[in-house]
Amino acid sequence: MNLNRRNFIISSASAAGGFALGMTGAFDVRAQSQDIALPLKTTNEVNLWVVVKPDETCVIRMVRSEMGQGTRTGLLQLVAEELECDWNKIAFETPTAGQNLARKRAWGEMHTGGSRGIRISQDYVRKGGVAARMMLMQAAANQWGVPVSELKVDKGIITHVSTGRKISYGKVATEAAKLTPPDPKSITLKNPRDWKIAGTSVRRVDTLDKINGSKVFAIDLKLPNMLCAAIKSCPVFGGKLNSYDESKIASMRGVKGVVKVNDFAVAVVADTWWRAKTALDNLPIDWDLGVNTKVSSSSISQYLKEGLSAEGDFWQRKEGDASEAIKKANKKVEAVYSSPFLAHSTMEPMNCTVRFGKDKVEAWVPTQSAENALAALSEASGLPLGSCEVYVSDIGGGLGRRGSLHDFVHQATAIAKQFPNTPVKLIWTREEDFTHDFYRPISMAKMSAGIDENGNLTAMHIRVSGQSINAYLTPMVIKNNKDTRQLQGFWEQPGDAQLGYSFPNLLTEYVMRNTHVPVGPWRGVNTNQNGIYMECFIEECARAAGKDSLAFRRTLMSKHPKHLGVLDAVAEKGDWGKPLPAGRHRGIAQFMGYASYSAATAEVSVSPNGEVKVHRMVFALNSGHYVNPSQVKAQIEGSVVMALSAIFNEDITIENGRVKETNYDNYPLLKLKETPKVECVLVPSYDFWGGVGEPTICVVGPAVLNAIYAATGKPCRNLPLRKHGYTIV
Amino acid sequence: MDLDINGSKYSINVEPNMPLLWAIREVVGLTGTKYGCGIAQCGACSVMMNGELLRSCSVSVSSAVGQKIITIEGLSKDSSTALQKAWIALDVPQCGYCQSGQLMAATALLKRKPKPTDADIDSAMANICRCGTYQRVRDGIHVASGQKKLNDVLRDYANPGSQQKA
Repeated sequence: MNLNRRNFIISSASAAGGFALGMTGAFDVRAQSQDIALPLKTTNEVNLWVVVKPDETCVIRMVRSEMGQGTRTGLLQLVAEELECDWNKIAFETPTAGQNLARKRAWGEMHTGGSRGIRISQDYVRKGGVAARMMLMQAAANQWGVPVSELKVDKGIITHVSTGRKISYGKVATEAAKLTPPDPKSITLKNPRDWKIAGTSVRRVDTLDKINGSKVFAIDLKLPNMLCAAIKSCPVFGGKLNSYDESKIASMRGVKGVVKVNDFAVAVVADTWWRAKTALDNLPIDWDLGVNTKVSSSSISQYLKEGLSAEGDFWQRKEGDASEAIKKANKKVEAVYSSPFLAHSTMEPMNCTVRFGKDKVEAWVPTQSAENALAALSEASGLPLGSCEVYVSDIGGGLGRRGSLHDFVHQATAIAKQFPNTPVKLIWTREEDFTHDFYRPISMAKMSAGIDENGNLTAMHIRVSGQSINAYLTPMVIKNNKDTRQLQGFWEQPGDAQLGYSFPNLLTEYVMRNTHVPVGPWRGVNTNQNGIYMECFIEECARAAGKDSLAFRRTLMSKHPKHLGVLDAVAEKGDWGKPLPAGRHRGIAQFMGYASYSAATAEVSVSPNGEVKVHRMVFALNSGHYVNPSQVKAQIEGSVVMALSAIFNEDITIENGRVKETNYDNYPLLKLKETPKVECVLVPSYDFWGGVGEPTICVVGPAVLNAIYAATGKPCRNLPLRKHGYTIV
Repeated sequence: MDLDINGSKYSINVEPNMPLLWAIREVVGLTGTKYGCGIAQCGACSVMMNGELLRSCSVSVSSAVGQKIITIEGLSKDSSTALQKAWIALDVPQCGYCQSGQLMAATALLKRKPKPTDADIDSAMANICRCGTYQRVRDGIHVASGQKKLNDVLRDYANPGSQQKA
């Protein structure tokens, strides 16, 4: 019992692994965290995660961002489970990045991405719940002068078993908060089979204000004397702002000024956003479009194609001699696939509000990473981290767009700097959002395989040519010139995105072909494209071998029981091998990402003129544990929609160096009428913790593409399908 | 310029060509109605004018003078319409940004067709949701219109598939 409370929490937090902060460069929040004193704690803060109010409300803290994925509800369930509080009396709060910094990052890292929200924090938040429960019970034991072992607790009511005396959490919280926290070694977590709140489909805690208009997204923020800004960046990536003529708009109603934001962007500030945007539309701007004006989708395509046959040292996995084995094979299968740049297009456009005070700069940010936003604010303002504060709102969609680069924070800060003590809200137009995203990277894959006379696959050669996310965002993580992230899902090492097949000979290669177009993570990141390349090609191999799609896969998966487990589960639930109504066809796929195992079947029909109806999707997931099955299913439903939208509709193309698609009229997203019914089966194995939001997207595309292949006899290798003869109906 | 929104009168002094959306959000101050695209493609800005569904980003505020506007804030005083209750019970929203528009579109649909078929829902619900909540939107409408029992629908969501316990 010697450890002080802070050490206990920090040690349990750091065991979960720190996430690199300050991805924009030399920034590290930790470096400046030593000199700042702890703020005073409230007297009823039992520990970092639990505050119990006199009215019995248990306020549970969490530091992950909520963008719809349900992490907040899940983390509250996990803490409440161990705390043994009354679920009907919980509330929640989120410490700010500044508060976390002031308490020496006591709550650990705050990033929300990579489907880590629950799996990375579950251990220390559950232990926080246990510790709070132990302290509350100890306080009751002290008050009654009895050993704590004679007490039990249920729904926040502590009972002395032999005498029947009862006391509630709210009555002992202040005393509990004064106690020394328990020795971490004395903390035991519940077995999930004993869970009563976690593991169940309790309703989300954050729905009410979303259905009556009262929820305040960052874009809805109102502050006294607030001004609004609209921004335009150079339409060609890499181009620059030469000049603009502000005299032309100076007299327009509400206009307060024009700001050169940086070398690439200009903003108009006005009393309302519509006036700022209208003035910006009328502002004459002279751009230096730079050196990239001749780049187009076709030139990029040529560049990637060249990568498919380029000579060089590109290998990442080399097991046996795949090239030789394919050469000698009885049958050789070969196919080239491609997938385009894609936009995130979160429903809430990029926005950020900044107030530049004398000694303090504050930002209201819809961000997946409060600490990255804080670092961006400090960098852009030139003020030390301790003089910066970030208030995180719930986000109208993240999908990876709001996690790493905080371009909108940098911009809003530069603009607000020109209006001291006045809050300025920057909102991007949808057009700015589509043309200045960082996009899911474009890639192609040449897949080759050898099949012996018995129909067994003897060798696999995968070569991916395409743009690298790391090269754009985090070049320092590329080691030995091998960017393994682009081959996500083909990895040998278990636990994260392991390939589920064992091939007698295997060669994987990545040929980096970077363009001037910014790229970044997009829900599921590279498992999207790689899942399609692998699972559609395996389908081609199965057909070349004359084997059933499921049976062919199974023979390659004996060393990967968890991958096989979800494949078998989905085959059973999806009625694999059973007759279908006339005209309907099935496809199947499995893949791994974000430490979870996914498999799907799809049932489609295809009309003679290429209209595809997806009738039914069945999904199996082993995420190790799950906290809220209804919310897991919601993520699967969402993954199905986003993946179908991508494979049928979505395409960012480049013309004269700029993005051609500007809004939903030329970048159509999937709608309700095209959405199939999704069924799922959860098969947790309870020996690991995997993600949910992202690993559930990568198998949807290949399952549907394989079903179309089954229907038409022709493989679909190029996306989106609407540009290759198919529409979803 | 006088607007009638959710039964209240607002006197505002704005340019006649300001889109109704921005008058509602920035001048009147009701922010439940959302900006999503500005070109009547996504439906996040949906409101009702005289009982008809309208994408407020693409009509001028002057055209709304003298009309009865209902926004998401005006659906009920206590989030109690059948649709709102179904939305809560089924956890329809994920991020929630598009849901004001989804609810306005669904409200307009039920007003026109109290017992909509799937085909009716397909053609009426054209709002974009990037989180992909469409299946629950559909079920929410069926529950709110009394065509599906809440518990039957909930069972599918709450107990997906055959789960193994530890």
